[in-house]
Amino acid sequence: MLSALLVMAGVAIVLGAILGYSAIKFRVEGNPLVEKIDAVLPQTQCGQCGFPGCKPYATAIAEGAAEINKCPPGGEEGIQKLADLLGVDPIPFGGDTQPKEKSVAFIDENTCIGCTLCIQACPVDAITGAAKQMHTVIKAECTGCELCVAPCPVDCISMLPIEENIGRWTWKYPQFAMVVEQ
Amino acid sequence: MRTLYKFHGGVHPPSHKAQSTQAGIAQIPLPTRLVIPFQQHAGEAAKPIVQSGQHVLKGQLIGIPQGFISGAIHASTSGTIAAIDAQPVAHPSGLPDICATLIPDGKDEWVKRESANYTGLSPEELREKLRMAGVVGLGGAVFPSEVKLKLGQYKVKTLILNGAECEPYITCDDMLMRERAEEILSGAEMLRYILGAQEIVIGIEDNKSEAINAINQAVNITGIKCEVAVIPTIYPGGGVKQLIHVLTGLEVPSGKLPAEIGVQCFNVATVYSAWRAINHGEPLLSRIVTITGNVRYPQNYQVLIGTPVNEVVAAAEVLSGTLGYIMGGPMMGLRLPYDTVPLVKASNCIIAVSKKIFPVASPAMPCIRCTRCVEVCPVNLQPQDLYWFAKSREFGKAQSFSLFDCIECGACSYVCPSHIPLVQYYRFAKSEIKVRSQEKLNADKARERHEFREYRIEREKTEKAEKLAAKEKAVLEAKERAAKANESTAVQPEVNPVAEAALPKELT
Repeated sequence: MLSALLVMAGVAIVLGAILGYSAIKFRVEGNPLVEKIDAVLPQTQCGQCGFPGCKPYATAIAEGAAEINKCPPGGEEGIQKLADLLGVDPIPFGGDTQPKEKSVAFIDENTCIGCTLCIQACPVDAITGAAKQMHTVIKAECTGCELCVAPCPVDCISMLPIEENIGRWTWKYPQFAMVVEQ
Repeated sequence: MRTLYKFHGGVHPPSHKAQSTQAGIAQIPLPTRLVIPFQQHAGEAAKPIVQSGQHVLKGQLIGIPQGFISGAIHASTSGTIAAIDAQPVAHPSGLPDICATLIPDGKDEWVKRESANYTGLSPEELREKLRMAGVVGLGGAVFPSEVKLKLGQYKVKTLILNGAECEPYITCDDMLMRERAEEILSGAEMLRYILGAQEIVIGIEDNKSEAINAINQAVNITGIKCEVAVIPTIYPGGGVKQLIHVLTGLEVPSGKLPAEIGVQCFNVATVYSAWRAINHGEPLLSRIVTITGNVRYPQNYQVLIGTPVNEVVAAAEVLSGTLGYIMGGPMMGLRLPYDTVPLVKASNCIIAVSKKIFPVASPAMPCIRCTRCVEVCPVNLQPQDLYWFAKSREFGKAQSFSLFDCIECGACSYVCPSHIPLVQYYRFAKSEIKVRSQEKLNADKARERHEFREYRIEREKTEKAEKLAAKEKAVLEAKERAAKANESTAVQPEVNPVAEAALPKELT
């Protein structure tokens, strides 16, 4: 009886020690759920969700402080992905958050005065230029967040929809008209 | 005799090949205008190196290959470049692409041609020559041949020539083999030399007896060691992976290249143009195109690259009731958006469409899961499941069911009793998946840039704070020293040189 108790207690102590040690040794830094949510978000860093970037929004979702329908660039599909990830029901966009067409910023180089305000606003360093020098947008890096539009004192930045070309064209969902034979 | 193997599935559509093989390969009169796209091959588009208004000679390089996978583009005849701009091309989107418009001067004057004997050149030199001659796969995929000849760590044992030509209506390879068999074999021997392969096998479907005879005769005349394998006629027996399986019994693993299993495969027309490029110094300027369907004289024509479709079909006399044109075959071809688009290196066939030849398709009905598509799929896929996933936009699942192994041969759509355009669903799903993976890459890049920016701002802040702290400290120290010095000046009226040096520049 006593030996059995001792054995069980001994085993419990050893296992507890192992668990305790590994909890410290293999501790996961940060919230892994935040990383997963952040991976689904489109990384435009636009702040349209009301948070200062994708990671803060991901953190808010993980903490339950924000709904999953606040990301317009992600679109309906983004909501669906978040719903799948979190095991909740997808909810439609509400109020003034609506998905919009993908676009990139364009600086009218004749009007630009070289004030660098847009460079400071760009969350992904996609605008080049220096003080009193012309600025321009690196098209390939622009996420279309529109954060550079408001700071411009001479309104020379416009958002241009990404034009379709032969390289970017995709096959469409098959749709067919019913033809009635005469 | 070689043991032949069978691949799974396949269909037997009516071949319709007889009408275009009654006469030999004919020439087309020089067109009034040529439109030469700079993207005629898989990979990156060629970069234009001529200007509008410039006079060019036949065979002159007008677009240089850019990057690893790309092809050169040449002027198909002598004349003046009228424009370099976006023109409608043969593409399912109907969108324009960058092209050179060439107005022929009628002289057909060649640039200086350098013919070479391949045995005196190294494989590297030959590959470079093929790249600059714009030789790409003429079977339909237009993959640059020179890239396929660059093997890296792989060793190729068998060189396969694809003369199967399994798709209905198309007879351009058949006629080429009948008329130019010796040059095909010489080209094959040259490619064998580049690859270091041990054997050459040519696979021809058994419905092309004249081509088989011609190749056999050429083997006897040239003495080139090439095994002529007569394979059963079945669609899609001319698919690369299918042909390799039939001839060798080997299966190219999913996502792998034929070279990885010791086989390399070239279309007979590609081999022919590779030979012309090296032995005659002629870049790829023309190809044989089958003009058939609703025309008076269905026949094969030698057509300059860039000839508008309407000028080509005019030679065969289009009959009334023609509703449009298909480029390629009826199974995998593309309905042309305009009849002014130019013929390109990939164009093997033009079919004039009429209601009689291609009756209006019956409307698609629901899938009844009869699995006839499974029975005919040459890649052993589950087309009905792929259709289900593509239709409901479950792209992840479609991918896990090997969607990207689909060769889009159309055998499933051909047998579908519900007339579902299955391949269109697969194409849709494939391009959506590609877009998503590109978006994911872009998002990852944006995240990285954003995080680096945050890190940089943070770093600048701490650097500033450190600088400020250092400055304050220096000021404080200077004050202390000054106070001390004041104390000591009462005894010793000397300025402390150390304290003066420690003062920051801004303060002095």
